[in-house]
Amino acid sequence: MRDLTDLALNLAKLKGASYADVRIVNQKQESLEVKNGSPEQIKYSESLGFGVRVIINGAWGFASSSRLEKEEIERVTQLAIRIARASATAKIADVVLSPLQPVQANYKTPFVQDPFDVSIVQKLDLLLKAEALLRKEQQVKVARGSMTTWKEEKSFASTEGSFIQQQILHCGAGVMATAVRDGDVQVRSYPNSFRGNFASSGYEFIESLQLAQNAERVASEAVQLLSADHCPSEVTTVIIDGSQLALQVHESCGHPIELDRVFGTEASYAGTSFLTTDKLGNFKYGSPIVNIVADAITEGGLGTFGFDDEGVPAQSVQIVKDGIFVGYLTSRETAARLGITSGGAMRADGWNRIPLIRMINVSLEPGDWRFEDMIADTDEGLYLETNKSWSIDEKRLNFQFGTEIAWEIKGGKQGKMLKSPTYTSITPQFWGSCDAIANRNYWKMWGTPNCGKGEPMQVMHTGHGASPARFRNIQVGVMK
Amino acid sequence: MTDRGQTLSLLKKTLGLSADADQTEIFFWANDSHLTRFANNYIHQNVSEKNASLSIRVILGKKIGSASTNLLDPKSIQNTVAKAIQIARNQRDNPHFESLPSAEGKYASVNTFDAETASVTPDQRAKIARKVIEVAKKGHLTASGALSTGVVQVGVVNSLGIQVCQSFSRGALRIVFQASDGASGYAESFSTKVRQIDPEEMAHQAAEKCAQGAHPVDLPPGQYTVVLEPYAVGNMLEFLAYLGFGALAMQEGRSFMCGKLGQKITGQSITIWDDGGSPQGMPLPFDFEGIPKQPITLLENGIAQAVVYDSYTAGREEGKVSTGHALPAPNTFGPVPLNLFMKNGNSGLREMIESTERGIYVTRFHYTNPLEPIKAVITGMTRDGTFLIENGQIKKGVRNLRFTQSILEALSNVSLISQDTRLVSGLDDELGGTVVPALKIEKFNFTGATAAV
Ligand SMILES: [Zn+2]
Repeated sequence: MRDLTDLALNLAKLKGASYADVRIVNQKQESLEVKNGSPEQIKYSESLGFGVRVIINGAWGFASSSRLEKEEIERVTQLAIRIARASATAKIADVVLSPLQPVQANYKTPFVQDPFDVSIVQKLDLLLKAEALLRKEQQVKVARGSMTTWKEEKSFASTEGSFIQQQILHCGAGVMATAVRDGDVQVRSYPNSFRGNFASSGYEFIESLQLAQNAERVASEAVQLLSADHCPSEVTTVIIDGSQLALQVHESCGHPIELDRVFGTEASYAGTSFLTTDKLGNFKYGSPIVNIVADAITEGGLGTFGFDDEGVPAQSVQIVKDGIFVGYLTSRETAARLGITSGGAMRADGWNRIPLIRMINVSLEPGDWRFEDMIADTDEGLYLETNKSWSIDEKRLNFQFGTEIAWEIKGGKQGKMLKSPTYTSITPQFWGSCDAIANRNYWKMWGTPNCGKGEPMQVMHTGHGASPARFRNIQVGVMK
Repeated sequence: MTDRGQTLSLLKKTLGLSADADQTEIFFWANDSHLTRFANNYIHQNVSEKNASLSIRVILGKKIGSASTNLLDPKSIQNTVAKAIQIARNQRDNPHFESLPSAEGKYASVNTFDAETASVTPDQRAKIARKVIEVAKKGHLTASGALSTGVVQVGVVNSLGIQVCQSFSRGALRIVFQASDGASGYAESFSTKVRQIDPEEMAHQAAEKCAQGAHPVDLPPGQYTVVLEPYAVGNMLEFLAYLGFGALAMQEGRSFMCGKLGQKITGQSITIWDDGGSPQGMPLPFDFEGIPKQPITLLENGIAQAVVYDSYTAGREEGKVSTGHALPAPNTFGPVPLNLFMKNGNSGLREMIESTERGIYVTRFHYTNPLEPIKAVITGMTRDGTFLIENGQIKKGVRNLRFTQSILEALSNVSLISQDTRLVSGLDDELGGTVVPALKIEKFNFTGATAAV
């Protein structure tokens, strides 16, 4: 491996690169899907290739190829150099990288059993057993189960002398029941919508999800939703479950703290951010009980690794401290502009993409409430569970979320079920209205394997820890 | 990119490796893609990718296995075929599966490749980016955007005689200009031929929007008359395709077309069809199973007519055949139309504005997502050119608004349709596209607004 990375780095230096790095990445993926008692698909795929990133004349160039051969490495490195020279014809200032100590390292995400070593028969059995339980309810017209495993093996080498090899294993599973009656369609999922929950772990994580033990409950809820009343349109108190809150953190905190968005370099596609640098250290992001941390260290998170794709070691960075906005997700280039060192959030979704600032594990720290006490302490409101839809503006201020299900809370008791709940607010007002967060016993790491960013598009896996929390005076039920 | 003959011979050789299977399909995708991205008036990302992969689908009775690889040496290909067979052996029967499709009919002969577009150099891309940036600088604006050029080659062979391979070039430019007062403007253009993109003209359009939207003001949410540019109309059609124009969504009971065929679901002026062979769009003459794409009328004069099929969904219904709308196998998504058209009218943007006493002009939508798929309700924000229309004139910029709206309801309240249509991007970024007019729509629901912080 090292002879191949050396070939690219030496050629880049010879051609005048002030910096170069090369990544060789091999990704394997397996997905199993079952639907209504039949296997829908089993698919295995692999992708191997390399990408060379260079700075010449103070500007970036990147080129990549799937053919890991000496001649091709030379061609691609030359192309990256040519591209960087072209970039330099439309530059304003030279790229400066924050300092980094070179390392030689090896890292693997921990696991007990590799899902690729578990037989297809065994994996199908687990899914089909859970999926069959969903169909015990007659009005469940579509019952689904799915399981996905990703394994990434990558090598990173740079002209600064780093050489890092990593293996990252992610997997997860879920079930979903769709109940249909008289033109109404209601969905319930477990453990989360959009194919379940995911972790950097092994097959033991999939078994621990207990899909079969939860299937009948969610199927029955899907059917009950058909007869439930619509969520009313009003301003009220909401208690949001951990999985929905994980996505809330992702959309309204994780994206606006990406420092490249803040600097405008994602303006043409994903958008910018309201968390401009003048707000760092003084802006009231939320109420004093709101604390948010970005880390790549917590075991099991989809944002957990040894080193990011610039070779920066995994860290933990405080983002919101006692309600005040205090930190960003950074790269070496953006950190240098703030006069700090990189927090290690540069991630590429494959050999054929450049690393971008991506979320790692961006998590809401637990509070000190028991969930049951939070409900008992609420006179009137809604308890919302499991994401169904999301939308947020390009500065990440105005958002609207829909969840699969809600329950009325009256006089401190969880009451009747409501369908098609939605809530909408403005980010700092929303977090500013947070007055209770459940304690560590209710805190859980959630995996989001479908975060899109960049041109060309990159899909990233991010982690978000959260426990249920309460928010006051929130507009719910925007649809009449 | 290898030539068509070489690709087909690789695919046929691979097909020969799966003699153990009852049926086999080999799908090939190769791309040589380049993208130059700019922001804050300079090039900040500039990338290139060359990749090629094979996906193998094998059938053993009613068991299906799939495996894909981008390692194209003989040993790796053999391993991947063996992997697909091994998966199929361990798979269970899929009772709904009938057969892979067989070769029937011819696909439209249409030119989808331009050698110049396939071989644009980094210097040429930088030159185009500089042209856009120059216009922004002159107007004291900030340019961001991306120019992509390149070529995709798609090939399919199967053991029942399917054998197709074609290359598709594409040049695309997307521009956002931002002014210091919060106004922004957008322009997008793409074509098989990069030569047909006019970066300066597009830059002037984006700059003009910044001028029209200067000093944006807050507008309360509520029902408004809207004038939607083709970018926004195309986004609505994309969601119709995603939520309900495919047979699987119908068969699973989650499409807004369910039980509505032959019934009126939008206003009478609305006709929507798919045509992969039309050179007016971005032609894609066959689908990812190698079946010729049939032109399909989905909605005619407001009446729901049909949905599109692939071989699997066609096999599940008596008397149906694939219409040539399969995505690459295997997928759980089902067939979708990638070449949508909406029938034009006889109005124009100017007339739409002049006939509006009070309304909102929308350039494009952002971060749209479905809320209630069965009613085609979506929510999203306006972006990059939202204006207040008063007394037949664009008065000023409006801070971005959130809409929550059933697309079908919106298409029932259309009062004017433009004569001019525009090619805008569809469900897939690399192939296909949507051709739509501008629309004037009454009673469009805005449910929120962004705020200044
Ligand atoms: Zn995201």
